Amino acid sequence: MNSDVTVVTKKQTTQPVISLNKRKWLKKIVFYTTISLGALIMIIPFLWMLSTSIKDQGETMTLPPQFIPETITFINYAQVAESFPILKFLFNSFFVAVTSTLGQLLLCSMAAYAFSRLHFKGRDTLFFIYLATLMVPMQVTMTPQFILMKYLGWLDTYQGLILPGLFNAFGTFLLRQFFLGIPKSLEEAAFIDGASHFRVFFQIILPLSKPALATLAIFSFMQSWNNFLWPLIIVSNQDLMTLPLGLSILQGRWATDWNLLMAGVVISVIPILAVYLFAQKYFIKGITLSGIK
Amino acid sequence: MVGDKGWKKWLVISFFLLPNFIGFLVFIGIPILTSLGLSFTKWDLLSTPEFIGFDNYKGIIEDTEFWSALKNTLLFIIAYLPTVLIVALGIAMLLNKNMKGRAFFRAAYFIPVVSSWVAVSLIWKWLFNPAYGLVNYFLSWFGFVGPDWLQDPQWAMIAIVLTSVWKDTGFVMVLFLAGLQNISETYYEAAEIDGASPLKKFLHITIPLLTPTTFFILIISLINSFQVFDQVMIMTEGGPAGSTTVLVQKIYNHAFRYFEMGYASAVSWVLFLIIFIVTLIQNRLQKRWVDYEQ
Repeated sequence: MNSDVTVVTKKQTTQPVISLNKRKWLKKIVFYTTISLGALIMIIPFLWMLSTSIKDQGETMTLPPQFIPETITFINYAQVAESFPILKFLFNSFFVAVTSTLGQLLLCSMAAYAFSRLHFKGRDTLFFIYLATLMVPMQVTMTPQFILMKYLGWLDTYQGLILPGLFNAFGTFLLRQFFLGIPKSLEEAAFIDGASHFRVFFQIILPLSKPALATLAIFSFMQSWNNFLWPLIIVSNQDLMTLPLGLSILQGRWATDWNLLMAGVVISVIPILAVYLFAQKYFIKGITLSGIK
Repeated sequence: MVGDKGWKKWLVISFFLLPNFIGFLVFIGIPILTSLGLSFTKWDLLSTPEFIGFDNYKGIIEDTEFWSALKNTLLFIIAYLPTVLIVALGIAMLLNKNMKGRAFFRAAYFIPVVSSWVAVSLIWKWLFNPAYGLVNYFLSWFGFVGPDWLQDPQWAMIAIVLTSVWKDTGFVMVLFLAGLQNISETYYEAAEIDGASPLKKFLHITIPLLTPTTFFILIISLINSFQVFDQVMIMTEGGPAGSTTVLVQKIYNHAFRYFEMGYASAVSWVLFLIIFIVTLIQNRLQKRWVDYEQ
């Protein structure tokens, strides 16, 4: 053992200091080059999108491709806005995402309260059924949901866009887990003081659960904002389209006008990126907490 | 419960649970059962549903398009999963060090994650453009003539896999980063004293201690990739020549293009069964390789 250590130290001391430093630098250079190349691969498509969106159509077809167009034009944005109600798409996306987020927060937190703080017969069985449905992919439920919407006359309506998305077990599960970690003694003291369940829920449980609520909010918002399949199924009226669906019909119309298409894509990407940059911490935390897309 | 009795107690429970429960029943519970029922019928949405027993399921077995959709889905998964895992782990390892600009790099890798699939698909469709796309231009630097990615049955699925890896790397990376940060430094310090090489440390400390994270990522990525759809719908609509038709595209086509609600439901139940069985197998196998020692 002892001799081992001396061998190691000997090895290190025999190496010239300069080469060690050099190797360190080389390592650093390789490291930053790799990581920057990776970051470039992530960012270039977005820069290319931006650059295409301010080109005229002729310039999208030049070789070699030019990142900074010779004539910068914003007319593509105007043309997209003129031919498509893109502001309406934007509004619809916001409206649907915000309402379904608020709705999910309220409905899930209330149910989670019942599943974690109230006691009644069959509670755990019911919760298990909730959980089991998480395994069923949305493709199984989408056909009957579509039929239901059709019979309710909810195709092409906001409630049709919003309501079915409010009730998946994920939010209830996430919040229940969090509520279970809140000490019982806190609410017991409140009950002794004569507080009702409503007060305990709104004034003790919810304020203490801000991290979990933020996580759920980020998820519902992102999911709703980016959702494509459900709007595709139930919306055919342009006035009710959300951005992803609107973009897909843009592509149908302008299959080759990449400058116009990219202008549309920019309009759809900017808001969610802004939300992300603003709430970065929560996005990352939310993903690590739940790992659900 | 404190002070609550009889009807009053149920009033409180109803207030908290009923709104969610009713919605859950209407939009999740009943649709699941309906879909199972529909899978034994033939129904075009207009006439009355006709009970046909297991005919839809028999039809699926004889449906060559189903098998090719299943094959395409599996091909997607086989190409996508290992790639995204390795790339994301590599980046997570790099970003786990104390370094300058870590926040910037993390944000950069994460931007595709928050963008919608439709936006990402459109951007990549443009990048894969055979004449003016950046991908083929980049390949031309090295003397390659790139294919017509999305129009060529041999390349279309590869293009979709590349796009998917690009979009999801940041997501998987964040999960790996969380896992890496849970590994205590003392393991590495001990290994250092023993004179272990970086490769040895990676193989004998990082990899084993990361298996719970990897298992979790595998489960959710596998479930998600069986449901791959948005990028396929936007980039190829399942073409060319059915080379990228995946299971969900098939369900979508039957339900909302051909209005065969019964058949679509049956395929969706087969999809569920596949996901269920694969998840069960993964759970069984986890004892063999997942290390919960920490």
